[in-house]
Amino acid sequence: MLPPTLVFIVRRLIHAIPVVLIVAVGVFCILEAAPGDAVDSYLASIGGGDLALAEQLRRQWGLDDSVWVRFLAYMQSVVTLDLGRSVTVGVPVTEAILTRLPTTILLMGSAIAMSAVLGGLLGGVAAMHRGRRLDTFLTTSGLLLNAIPGFWLGLILIVVFVVWLGWFPSAGLSTVNGPSDPVGHALDVAWHLVLPVCTLGLTYMALYLRLMRGAMTETRDSPWVRAARARGLPSGRIIRRHIARPALLPVATMLGLQIGTMLGGSVVIETVFAIPGLGSLAYLAVSNRDLPLIAGVVLAGSVVVIVANIVVDLSYGRLDPRVTDERLRSGVG
Amino acid sequence: MSRSGWIGAIGLGLLVAMAVLAPVIKPGDPLDLVGRPVMPPFTDPRFPLGTDQLGRDVWAELLYGARVSLIVGIAAATGAIGIGIVVGTLAGFLGGRADSTLMRVTEAFQTVPTFLLALALLTALGSSTFNVVLAIAISSWAATSRLVRAEVLSLRQREYVDAARLAGLGPLRIAFREVLPGSLQPVIALVGVTVGAAILVESALAFLGLGDPNQISWGVMIANGRDAIRVAPSLVVIPGICLALAILSVSLIGDELATRLAPQRRRAP
Repeated sequence: MLPPTLVFIVRRLIHAIPVVLIVAVGVFCILEAAPGDAVDSYLASIGGGDLALAEQLRRQWGLDDSVWVRFLAYMQSVVTLDLGRSVTVGVPVTEAILTRLPTTILLMGSAIAMSAVLGGLLGGVAAMHRGRRLDTFLTTSGLLLNAIPGFWLGLILIVVFVVWLGWFPSAGLSTVNGPSDPVGHALDVAWHLVLPVCTLGLTYMALYLRLMRGAMTETRDSPWVRAARARGLPSGRIIRRHIARPALLPVATMLGLQIGTMLGGSVVIETVFAIPGLGSLAYLAVSNRDLPLIAGVVLAGSVVVIVANIVVDLSYGRLDPRVTDERLRSGVG
Repeated sequence: MSRSGWIGAIGLGLLVAMAVLAPVIKPGDPLDLVGRPVMPPFTDPRFPLGTDQLGRDVWAELLYGARVSLIVGIAAATGAIGIGIVVGTLAGFLGGRADSTLMRVTEAFQTVPTFLLALALLTALGSSTFNVVLAIAISSWAATSRLVRAEVLSLRQREYVDAARLAGLGPLRIAFREVLPGSLQPVIALVGVTVGAAILVESALAFLGLGDPNQISWGVMIANGRDAIRVAPSLVVIPGICLALAILSVSLIGDELATRLAPQRRRAP
């Protein structure tokens, strides 16, 4: 008998296949909707060519086939992860994405951790002070942060912490000719990531604050908390284990739902802070009208979202022992 | 009306007033070069908010920028909610294979990061205000569709739907004339969030240079001001505050609508 976790992961991956295929169909439609094709952009990049050359290239690249043949060819290229060559960066699309993906995952992972932890904590504080001044202050700040565009917050943080105070570097992921030892390099990268992670984390924090506050106001009045009080448990323990822990479930659900939004948000943030990740690759693709590249980024983004959601669903079992068995066996998230 | 509802209403009122009265307050093209470049705000009564690097009036740009935010925000949200309602109603009412296919499509649209999809669509279609609206609408209807489907699923079992069927109405007519109106109430709770998100996405797209190049918008103003951020931070600060206030007002109004129209669905915050 296989471990249930593995069965769960496999089931979820199988469930994800049709979704990825639909995304691929959508991406193909976008590529088809664009005026001009790969030959046009290739000719533009080499400085033009005559009609005969264009005809020949189209035949070579299979672009004069019917829509269905091209569709099948595209699907095949998606399945084999051969997404073509990017004119802009001069390497295969898959390679460009894979080299930049870790940076984005690092940025997003830190930002998600920050927004969930900080939002959860502040939401908890607000819930325990419901109706008092601190609660009003926290809720209002949350609403404001939620309304602030991330790219604007990033620019403001640059003005304050880079231009005025000079505490952090304004752009990039590491210092040129910076420390070469692993620890020094990691610290250097962390130092560069402080502002972008804060920008991304703060703009998404409000949601978790609101959710956690709502969930904890509910669990606070639950019968099991009354029972725990009656048993004379210390109040710190009641807050942590009986009020806060069950309230983490909606926060975890929202984490999964928000990953796609955050990936979108990182496009702008990476552009503002000149971080060489998936987001700035998307921007590069868009500003050069590099369709194969942007198509690849969209596909990669969807895969990231799917994988992240599987991880979130696995964490459910850790948060709430009740769901583990049935949930994992039934295989639906 | 609650205090936050009032704040939202005032903010939205100001936004609408700016958008509607822009040609009255500042006739002419907001992109005209009218003064000395980079004048700080509150120094010259002719240019209350100063001028940008090219000597354009920031106040005039701000007024016309309100139009883009408002129009794109409302149009894109209407489109997204419209698509969501049609897909959700069809899925919930038809059931069976149509339902599972439509829900898989919805799931796919929920999986693709909204902003990346909008970027890809704009890359393919080219930048214009209409395409920005289209791109935002296409990439953000999935949440509405799920909500409407869930509501339709619970409503289609009711007696009045059976009655309509017995009266010989066609299935599409029942779906859209009988079931849909009843399922719209929870959608109203989403309106504020959807409009706010659309304004936010529009500003980010404009900031990246993907809006209509001939039209000033708050996102474009921030992008332009970025180059002068060390000498004239107000060029970035002012449109950003406007954006934040606009989005805040819209979401406050949305909350108010949600609590008012569906009191039984929400508990006191």
